[in-house]
Amino acid sequence: MRALDAKLLRDLRRLWAQALAIAVVLASGVMVLVVAHGAQRSLVETRAAYYERNRFPDVFASATRAPETLLAEIAALAGVAQVEGRIAARVILDMPDMLEPAMAQVVSLPASGTPVLNLPVVRSGRLPDPLRPEEVAVNEGFARAHGLVPGAEFRAILNGQVRSLTVTGLLLAPEFIYVIGPDTMMPDDRRFGVIWMGAAAAAAVFDLDGAFNDLALRLVAGADPAPVVAALDRLLAPFGGTGAYGRDRHIGYVFLASELEQLEAMAAILPPVFFVVAAFLVNMVLGRLIALERQQIGLMKAVGYGTGAIAGHYLKLATGIGILGVALGWAAGAVLGQGMTALYARFFNFPWLIFTPGVAAFALSGVVGVATAVVGALRGVRGAVRLAPAVAMSPPAPPAFRRGLLDRIGAAVGLRQTTMMILRSITRWPGRAAVTLFGVAASVSMLVASLFSFDAMDAMVEEVFVLGNRQQITLALAQSRPRAAVEEALALPGVLAVEGAWGAPVRIARGTRSRLIAIEARPETGSFVRVLDVAGRPVALPPAGVVLTEGIAAELDVGPGELIEVAFLVPPRETHALPVTGIIRQSLGQQIYMAEDALFALLRIAPQVNRLNLLVDPAALPTLHAQVKVTPALGGISIWGELRAQFDATLEENLTMMLLIYVTLGGLITLGVVYNAARIQLAERSHELASLRVLGFSRGEVGFVLVGEMMLLATAAIPLGWLIGIGFASMVVAGFSTEMVTIPLVILPHTYATAALVAFLAALAAALMVRRRLDSTDIAMALKARE
Amino acid sequence: MGAGGVVFRAERVTKVYDTGAVKVQALRGVDLALREGEFVVLLGASGSGKSTLLNILGGLDRPTGGRVFFRDRDLTRASDAELTRYRRDHVGFVFQFYNLVPSLTARENVALVTEIARAPMPPEEALERVGLAHRLDHFPAELSGGEQQRVAIARAIAKRPEVLLCDEPTGALDRTTGVQVLEALVAVNRDLGAATVIITHNQATQRIAHRVILIADGRVLRETLNETRVPPSEVDW
Ligand SMILES: Nc1ncnc2c1ncn2[C@@H]1O[C@H](COP(=O)(O)OP(=O)(O)O)[C@@H](O)[C@H]1O
Ligand SMILES: [Mg+2]
Repeated sequence: MRALDAKLLRDLRRLWAQALAIAVVLASGVMVLVVAHGAQRSLVETRAAYYERNRFPDVFASATRAPETLLAEIAALAGVAQVEGRIAARVILDMPDMLEPAMAQVVSLPASGTPVLNLPVVRSGRLPDPLRPEEVAVNEGFARAHGLVPGAEFRAILNGQVRSLTVTGLLLAPEFIYVIGPDTMMPDDRRFGVIWMGAAAAAAVFDLDGAFNDLALRLVAGADPAPVVAALDRLLAPFGGTGAYGRDRHIGYVFLASELEQLEAMAAILPPVFFVVAAFLVNMVLGRLIALERQQIGLMKAVGYGTGAIAGHYLKLATGIGILGVALGWAAGAVLGQGMTALYARFFNFPWLIFTPGVAAFALSGVVGVATAVVGALRGVRGAVRLAPAVAMSPPAPPAFRRGLLDRIGAAVGLRQTTMMILRSITRWPGRAAVTLFGVAASVSMLVASLFSFDAMDAMVEEVFVLGNRQQITLALAQSRPRAAVEEALALPGVLAVEGAWGAPVRIARGTRSRLIAIEARPETGSFVRVLDVAGRPVALPPAGVVLTEGIAAELDVGPGELIEVAFLVPPRETHALPVTGIIRQSLGQQIYMAEDALFALLRIAPQVNRLNLLVDPAALPTLHAQVKVTPALGGISIWGELRAQFDATLEENLTMMLLIYVTLGGLITLGVVYNAARIQLAERSHELASLRVLGFSRGEVGFVLVGEMMLLATAAIPLGWLIGIGFASMVVAGFSTEMVTIPLVILPHTYATAALVAFLAALAAALMVRRRLDSTDIAMALKARE
Repeated sequence: MGAGGVVFRAERVTKVYDTGAVKVQALRGVDLALREGEFVVLLGASGSGKSTLLNILGGLDRPTGGRVFFRDRDLTRASDAELTRYRRDHVGFVFQFYNLVPSLTARENVALVTEIARAPMPPEEALERVGLAHRLDHFPAELSGGEQQRVAIARAIAKRPEVLLCDEPTGALDRTTGVQVLEALVAVNRDLGAATVIITHNQATQRIAHRVILIADGRVLRETLNETRVPPSEVDW
């Protein structure tokens, strides 16, 4: 078959630009699959190894103050392998390089030196000496953000006393792969860190001698955490236990898990689009090639080539395109995958990375990629195989143009003949027009589905920072205080208004579904801290009952008017059946709400606060910050302007990159589709177009016939793409929303406009590329060609 | 000449084309025999059914009725695969519009056939026989019409076929090139002994044949044996 193979190679060489355009579309799908799957595999492997080697716990719990003697009892529970009690607390830091206060999570190290669970990785320096109370280790990210090295000093407000601490080492730990402060949406290494401190020092500072307030357990392999969690709740209740939970409520675990889910969603949603478009392109190009080679096929049959050999010949061509696409996709995927995984590793504070490019993803994408091309070729090949040799050799009947409705309308409104040529060509080859239309629509829809994430983020920013939280500063109190603290806070420098809130851990349940969550009691009508209804409008809290976010309501499968059980994990530790009186929208974070008067009446306790939301005079901020740094009662501070800046910066960094990738991918689809369609039109109609030139039409007018048709189809595809895009966007919302983040389905006009513009420009670029060929074709040659 | 065994035998062959709207009766009962080494010209007006008959003899098409034998093999009963096999091993075709593969050179166009034939001659030899030894590596677009047709002949004879079927091989050519093509065909018939059937509607061409079969309206109207054959160069065009 060497002669046939020679033909194959020459066909490929002749069609290289078209083959490449298809291959690029195919490669995009392969690349996304390889990258998403590779990153996913690498993260899963890395997480598994890190959690195992450094003993990430299975169950966590906190209490106010539990005696160390309780640990033996806990260790004896069925299924428990290892137990470690320690001291954990939030503190405010006075960093020399920051005007405003920073915050940290303090965790104690056992007197023996190294902990049993959550084994830290020492990145530089050493662990603190248990006998030296001023020595601490800090997490690497925080140290990097502040330029701290072993030997450096900084100040912390520990239980009301300003203390100077010395850094001995920089650490990482499996429980801190994702370091995020309370009330924040994004990790911020400057404002929030982790401090490891010797047990004796911590006990002295937090007044917890012989006691612990934080607990971690590792279970024996395969043990069910649920009974252990229940037992812990029972054992810790007398000591102010705030609810035990498994890994599925551990913030670092959950964040990584949701990231993995998103990668999975990406690998599931995007590649099929590329594959389908590529299959249609192969179908279009090969279908046309086979139509063109009808006589050659007839000849091959006449001289004794069997159908298998002929089918094989064209399938090889398709396979060639498939292999090219897969190779390109693999190469791009390998490079991008490594980069992406490294990015994740930085984001998720892993000490090392197991990069497993995912052989399965390569294999799968390779098979699917080639299969895509082959499937796309099948229709054309079947036609080729079916041709009777005698029929094949007679030239095909000239295309049957018929005068139809279109023509009468065209004539009635006085369309020019060149315009009529465009319309007729579309109605004459509806299949080809449909491929162009759907290809461009796919590209527009992909752009809509990716660009809308900016709108969604804007909506979230609006929701969190503009509508929901209009305070500039939120102070977290170390302990609950009487409501009088609200008036006292007004005395702080520069404070213009104060609204208090009280948060507490609760376990909510309905039927068999239950979960640990925070409840927040607020004034019914907060003037600057507000909840939003499902339409995004600020609303007052109902005077009684609990208000759930949409996510929680869905999780518990509960609606307004129905009862849920709320078990308070703070004194008086009561369980109440409360009606759901409202469902609200909250994209970031999950909690439930209740009007404070109703809550305190229900629990029969004096009104309390443990959060203070402030409006302040910006001019007084420095004085306020200085005051906060020395106020003993404070456990934390959130500066909303800074949060927003951090949020915007992180989004900008991540989304801009994604935007670039998606716009490129979306643009490539249109480019590939329109380029191929235009090339086919050019080849098919070069005779006709050359005739127009002979008749005295200018290059521009003739070009219009070609470019005009493509642009007409591309323009018609845009609204269709918008519609499909809305569908994709809702898939993205469903696939990418997690427990932490509910992505709102918001698509703003400018997203539609941008998607349309990108597709339109890509189509124009492709059509003009082909037009240049038209300009350079020799009229005389084109007329002679018998094609 | 013309005294060898029978290669083809057609008995009451009919062919109806059913295009849905209309039925066209292309052949209305053709009886015919073709002997080894014979050179036959099929003559007839356009639309009389010559191509249809040739396609049926060559296994490109099936008759609606009647039977066709190649030696003692019944082509009317053959499966698609058997017909393919038959075309591959025994028949050489030459068509009016050459039907060369444009992306293959002259040599490769011939190789297309020799690669799948049983005992072919080298492509170079086939091209040499039609006087194209100097055009081996030219693509069809670089050859004149007559040269392209001679490549097609080389392609048809390279497998040493027992029958050579030519449908208006000179139909698209001027006199000079037409004569060259006919001369090549006569030479091949003489040197290789392939039974040769040429369709033409040029009355004058009939004088180069051993035998002339006149087809009209889907039937054999008349058969004539030529006492003396004329070389192609002496045919009035
Ligand atoms: N594939 C076909 N479908 C329908 N009619 C056909 C087909 N091929 C040939 N015919 C008709 O059959 C008749 C004989 O055709 P053909 O054998 O090509 O004649 P010739 O070669 O003598 O000019 C003509 O009327 C022609 O129109
Ligand atoms: Mg004919």
